[in-house]
Formats: sequence, structure tokens, C-alpha cells
Amino acid sequence: MTIFKTSLMGLKLCCLSSLFSLSFADDTRVKATGHNAFSRPVANMPIRQRLDFSVGNSFFRNPWVASPSSTKARDGLGPLFNTNACQNCHIKDGRGHAPNSNSDNAVSMLVRLSIDSQRALKADQANHVDPHYGGQLQDFSLPGIPPEGKIDIHYDQLEVELNGGEIVQLRQPNINVTRLGYGPLHPKIKFSARIAPPMIGLGLLEAIDARRLQQLADPQDHNGDGISGKLNLVWDLKSQALKPGRFGWKAGQPSLLQQNAAAFNGDMGITSALFRRENCRSAQPECIQSAKRYRDEKPEVAPHLLQQVTFYSRNLAVPKRRAASDPVVVKGEQLFQQINCNGCHTESHTTASNYQHPWLANQNIKPYTDLLLHDMGERLADNAQEFLADGREWRTPPLWGIGLTKAVGGVEAYLHDGRAQSLQEAIVWHGGEAENSRDQYVQLSKNDRRALLKFLKDL
Amino acid sequence: MALISRLALTFGLIVAGSAQAVTEQDVVRTYTDIAHATFEDSLFSARALSSSLDKLIQHPSATNHEAAKQAWKLARVPYQQSEVFRFGNANVDEWEGQLNAWPLDEGLIDYVDQDDYEAELGNIGANANLIANTSLQLGSETLDIETLTPELLASLNELGGSEANVATGYHAIEFLLWGQDLNGTQAGAGNRPHTDYALGDACTNNHCDRRRNYLKATAQLLVSDLENMVQQWAPNQADNYRQELLSIPPKAAMTRMLFGMGSLALGELAGERLKVSLEANSPEDEHDCFSDNTHNSHFYDALGIQNIYQGEYRRSSGTLVKGASLSDLVEAKNSALNSQVHISLRRAQLSLQALVDSAERSEQPEKFDQLIAEGNHEGEALINRAIESLVLETEQLELAARALGIDNLSPDNADHDF
Repeated sequence: MTIFKTSLMGLKLCCLSSLFSLSFADDTRVKATGHNAFSRPVANMPIRQRLDFSVGNSFFRNPWVASPSSTKARDGLGPLFNTNACQNCHIKDGRGHAPNSNSDNAVSMLVRLSIDSQRALKADQANHVDPHYGGQLQDFSLPGIPPEGKIDIHYDQLEVELNGGEIVQLRQPNINVTRLGYGPLHPKIKFSARIAPPMIGLGLLEAIDARRLQQLADPQDHNGDGISGKLNLVWDLKSQALKPGRFGWKAGQPSLLQQNAAAFNGDMGITSALFRRENCRSAQPECIQSAKRYRDEKPEVAPHLLQQVTFYSRNLAVPKRRAASDPVVVKGEQLFQQINCNGCHTESHTTASNYQHPWLANQNIKPYTDLLLHDMGERLADNAQEFLADGREWRTPPLWGIGLTKAVGGVEAYLHDGRAQSLQEAIVWHGGEAENSRDQYVQLSKNDRRALLKFLKDL
Repeated sequence: MALISRLALTFGLIVAGSAQAVTEQDVVRTYTDIAHATFEDSLFSARALSSSLDKLIQHPSATNHEAAKQAWKLARVPYQQSEVFRFGNANVDEWEGQLNAWPLDEGLIDYVDQDDYEAELGNIGANANLIANTSLQLGSETLDIETLTPELLASLNELGGSEANVATGYHAIEFLLWGQDLNGTQAGAGNRPHTDYALGDACTNNHCDRRRNYLKATAQLLVSDLENMVQQWAPNQADNYRQELLSIPPKAAMTRMLFGMGSLALGELAGERLKVSLEANSPEDEHDCFSDNTHNSHFYDALGIQNIYQGEYRRSSGTLVKGASLSDLVEAKNSALNSQVHISLRRAQLSLQALVDSAERSEQPEKFDQLIAEGNHEGEALINRAIESLVLETEQLELAARALGIDNLSPDNADHDF
């Protein structure tokens, strides 16, 4: 049997059930700091909705199994997949991380595949994918079916000197794929490693009015601050039209429903109303055979269960800050603004009044993101396109809750491929439109850098 | 009042109906008294279970096997009523996994029918079969499991980081008595033969000696764990949890009480145990899946909530433990609200009684795992009524908390998340 690496530490036997607190709050945030800090429902959710949250949580947490099985509601895993439960990658509803060595299976990280091509893309295509392997490498499979390959990662060590002589060690990942199951990859293949992002506050991000994002966008940099900001436009399967992209490292998904359905399909091999076909390519006959054998006219994740998992993903609460008035934290916040980190990590928004969950509407939120794409420079580039995002562009990730990363997941891994093992490393990796802010950070005194980091740790 | 028992007098409880106004501290004291009595009953019934298991081990017969199963079911009655103490009280929550964790990958413990076994993919313990093996290979490490002691079994919980590895507690014993339920959502529970414990050549499914040792070790652990918890709630002891609870501001203690009641009613019972099972249509999500005793498990869980609100607990011996209650406090603030809370508690018990009646009627009984079958519309309606009644109960408990001046119902347990 294939062995998944389980890296949860300090697990508590039996299930987490603290889905109860007085619902008189009008704020969505919760007071939470420990291992389960990202697993709480938003504080102001009506009590009846807690049950949908429970169901969504159960299907997010529990493993899916191969068909056929007596657990109809949770079968349909594979034939090809990366993992068998959402929670395996979104560890404790937090982020994934890169494998520490090649002997680890890359459970909470995956590799996207794309190729350089001059051919025009259709409106619903994010990019050109590998003809034999598709757009994502699945490194696990059901018995009798070859897995697509094994992710091989090794790091080059770099050193950067900060003002005052402090040295930051960085690791630059080099991705390769070995033990290919279906012949060679396309000669122009591009690998893009992605760790799973944290799950908190996603409904609130979905609830930001698209017009607000458009106002923030400045693709031609008309204001001349060196920061452009571009709204991705991506294919929305439900409306069969282009919609603003918000979710994923390159904002490649327009909604949480589609994001979740895409993850079910791409990461676990589970079909849904939005993705009706298994992720088998024509070069993968065993995969196709297996998919045919258990074909059912019903999608493997039932529509109401996809809805409930989506409900869950919209309603995980952002923890409250712990020490916002601490003088060092306040100083760090001033520095954050002074060196223009908030040029992209936009502090606050107000959510739309017509969002489908009223308790998430009209909320003043502080996610520290503009949800826009920015050129992040050559060193972070994956050279892979995703709709309007080019190979150097990434979506500004939210920073709320980032200070609890270690408490929740046990390890720190930041940036799209988890290369940064501390917030300072992550800052130093910034380039492109963020180069200016990054250089200013490097030039800050050590005390000022500590203050800025302390502010981030308080988020 | 004729019903004052000697026990109640020993504990110095206040007689219900007395004109004297109850204080918040009195209410917290009743809570600790009920906790002590509930855990003590759990201990007594676990000891009775343990001696039935000894009988089965010494004289493996169908009669002794059946007696052991009955003893297990009786042991669940007080224990399930104790679950209300788990939420809100960090020490109980941290302790309880070793006794009541579920669901489990039973292949960790003993033989399973592989065609009907759905283990967590990648669980290194899923087929460890501790009974059949004297050593366990974990990567490059070899674990000596020759002697099955309570300590060894406790250390194998969450083996390899998987929560599905449950080696001890009520559900491990349940599996060792009943075996896998191979009937899916059809009628029938697990059907382990008593000869799985037989001596010599009569032994079925091999390793009966180790199976006997396993059962004994896990029963010992259950008893000693419960002894420890009884001590935590015992009166007149320094440095135990009862003392801690009585020394913090009564409002903070009441916050823990009410948080525990609401969490059990809503998140755990209505959510994880009823609604999730119903949505998944899967006995894999059933609480007492080997014995098909889930209906009782749910009923007594909810009864535990009512016990706390009313400040009374009927002991296994029949004695009533009774004292100043949340109900008394709410009555003094808002009599109409108190009536509403009582009605909601009663409705919840009745709706769960309907699950018990369905499971135990003589004509075509339907157990919980049949009620959750896809297409069983009557079953779905029964379970939905129970869910709805627990939601209404939680709403009333929230109002009661508010009436008592508790506006923030998250228990202040520093770093503990329930």
C-alpha cells in the first residue's frame, strides 16, 4: 500500500466539534490561537448553518475511497490522484508545505504542467498542457494503474546579506519529475510547484465586489508607482463566460465552487457536476479503462455535497489579532506602510451587500491583499501562463492569519512552492514590482525588520 | 421531599423547591456532584464489564459472550451521559480520546474481511493486526508487541499520526465483542463468534490467546482511566479539577457548563453524529457501528445535557442526585424562558426516544444504520426531527446563557480548542 506522509503533530483523538459559541457577534472573526485556530466557523454564522458547516467539514476532512465501495457518498477516488482528502494538503485547514527531502511524498504540494506554444488558446483554456500528462502531475494512482511520476525536488542554497550584516539563507527549488509512467514529457514542459493555501476567510474574499478589484487594478501603471496590478480573467464553467479570477496562486479560479470542484477533479480524481470527466489522457489507457468500469451517470461528489464543502470553504473564520496595540507591532505596521508593502497587500475592503451568505456581507475585512496579479520578478517566475497571468505574475496572497502558520501546521512554508521557511525569507524573495519594497526592507535596521516581522506575526 | 437520598445528604445538596434562592456557586457545585456521580457510575459499570470479560476469557461460551455484550451496553449508559463534561472542560477532553475515540480502522486490532473493510488510504496501521503479530514493522523501526499491556496499547493510539488508529477504549472493546458489521445499511450488527476466545483447538480465526490478552489489557486501561477521572471530580480533595472549577468565578465555570451543553447538542450530536451520517448514508459514519447500539448512545448523550440544566442525575443504582440548577437560576430571571428551555429539552429527548423505539421495537426493528440508508425516507424524517429538536434546544440554551449574563460562550481555556 502506498504510504502517505502524515505530518500532523499533537493530534487529538476524535473529532473537533467546537461548532458552538454564542452567535450574537456581528464580526466574523474568532479568538483562536492553537493547533485548531483555522478550523472554526465564522463567529456570526446563524446556528442552523453550523450543521452544513459540520457536513462540509466531514467531507473536507475524511478520506475518499476507490469505487466501488459501501461508502457511496465518499467513493470515486482516482484513477489518478495527488491525495485522498482535502485536509491532507490543507493541513488543519492551513497551508501545505514542500517536502523536506526526496524521500517524502509531496502530499501537500503538487506540480502543474504547461508547455510553451505559439498556438492560440481557446477562451476556456488557461494554458497549453502536456499532451500525455495534462495540466497536473498526479503522483498517486489506484492499484494496477501507473502513477504519472514522482516529484523530484532539490534546493540550491543562497545567501543574502541584510543591513547590519545579518545573513538570510534562502533555498531555491529545482523541480524535476522522475519515474514517468507514460513516456517522455513534452520538450517545452514547464513545472510549477504549488503548495496548498490556507482556507480561512475565503468566503469574505469571494464577497468583495469585482468592481472594487477593477478599481484597484492599474495594469498600465498610470499612477507611476512601479506597481501595476492586473485582474485575471478566467473561464467560469457555470456561466460559460470570462469572470474575474480570485482563487489560486495565479487567480486562475473565479469562485470557490469552481475552485473546489477543480481540486476534487485534479487532485483527487473525483468528478462533479462541473467536471464530469476523469482526469485521464488518451495516452493513459489503464486510467480510461478504470474510469469506464465504474462509470456512473451521477457525479462522484454529489451536487449537494459539493455545495456543503463549498459552504465550509466559505465559512472558516479568520482569527483575531492577538497584540494589535503592542508598541512594537504598531511600529511594524507603520513600517509595512512606509515601505509600501500595502501597495499590493491592500489592508482592507468592505464586502458586497448582496453576497449569498448575509452574515458575510457588508463586513469590513482586513485580508492584506488586492487579489490582483503582479510581476514578482525572475527568481520567483515559474514561466507558466494561467489565463492572463504570465510566467512572472502571481496573485497577492492574503496575509491574515499568517502569524499562526506554525501553530496550525507545525512548519512554516511560504510563497507558491513553499520555498520560504520564514516570513523574512519570503520578503527577501520578493522581486519585480515588489523589488523596491524588498530593497527597502533589506535596508531597514535590524530592530525595524524585527518590528515589521512582529507585525506580520500578529496578523 | 421524600427522595433525598443518603448520598444527596452526604453531598449537602439543596432540596429542590426550597424557598432559599440558589447561588451560582451552588449551581457549579451541583455540576461537579453530577460529574462525580456520572463518572463513578461509568467506573462501576466498567468494572462490571471487566469482570464479564474475565468470565468470557476464562470460560468462553455463548452465554458469557452475550453477558459481556450486555455489560458493555450497560456501561455505555452512564458513560454517554458523561460526554457533556467533555466540551468546556479541557482535562476531560484531553483524557477522553483513549476511551471513546471513533471511527477506527479495526484492522489495526484484529482480522477483518478485506472485501468489506474501508481503511484510511495510507494508514500504516490499517492492517497491522496487533492480535496476530508479535512485532510491528514501521518503516525502519521494529516495535516489540509480544506482551499486550495497557500501556503498550495506549501508546499505539494514533500510530503513525493517523486518528483512525484507535487501539483502546469502548469502541475497541465493542469491536472485540461484536466484530465487523458486514451488513452495511441492512439489518444486523457484527457477528463475531464466541469461539474467537476459545481455548485450544476450538479457537476460531487464530490467536485466541492474544485476543483474550488484548481484551483484558484494554479493559484494565478503561477501568484505570475512569478511576483517574473520578478522582478529578471527587469532593474533599485538594488539587483536583473539582477544586479548580469551584475556585474560579462562578460565571466562568457556568460558561464551561453551557458551552459543553451547546457543543454536544449542536456540533457533535446534531452535526457530526446525526447529520453527517445521514448525508453520507454510510455506516462508516455511525457511532457504535459494531454493536448497532448507536440509538442508545445518542439518547444518553442528550440526556447528559438535560441532567446539567435540571441539576439532577438518576444514578445507575436508581438514586437521584439533585441540587441547585441552571434551571433555578433562569427561573428567577425569566420564568417563561425557563419553561421554553424545559420544553426544548423534553422535545429533544422525545425525538431521540423515537430512534430508540425504532431500533428496539419487536416487529421489524430498524437500527440507526438502517435509518440512514439512501432512500429510507421515514428514517431520514426521524433523524431530521432529532436534528431539528437539538438545534432548537441549542437556541434555547443560548438564550438561557444570555439571561444569566453570559454573552461570550467560548470557554476560557487558554490554549485548548475543543
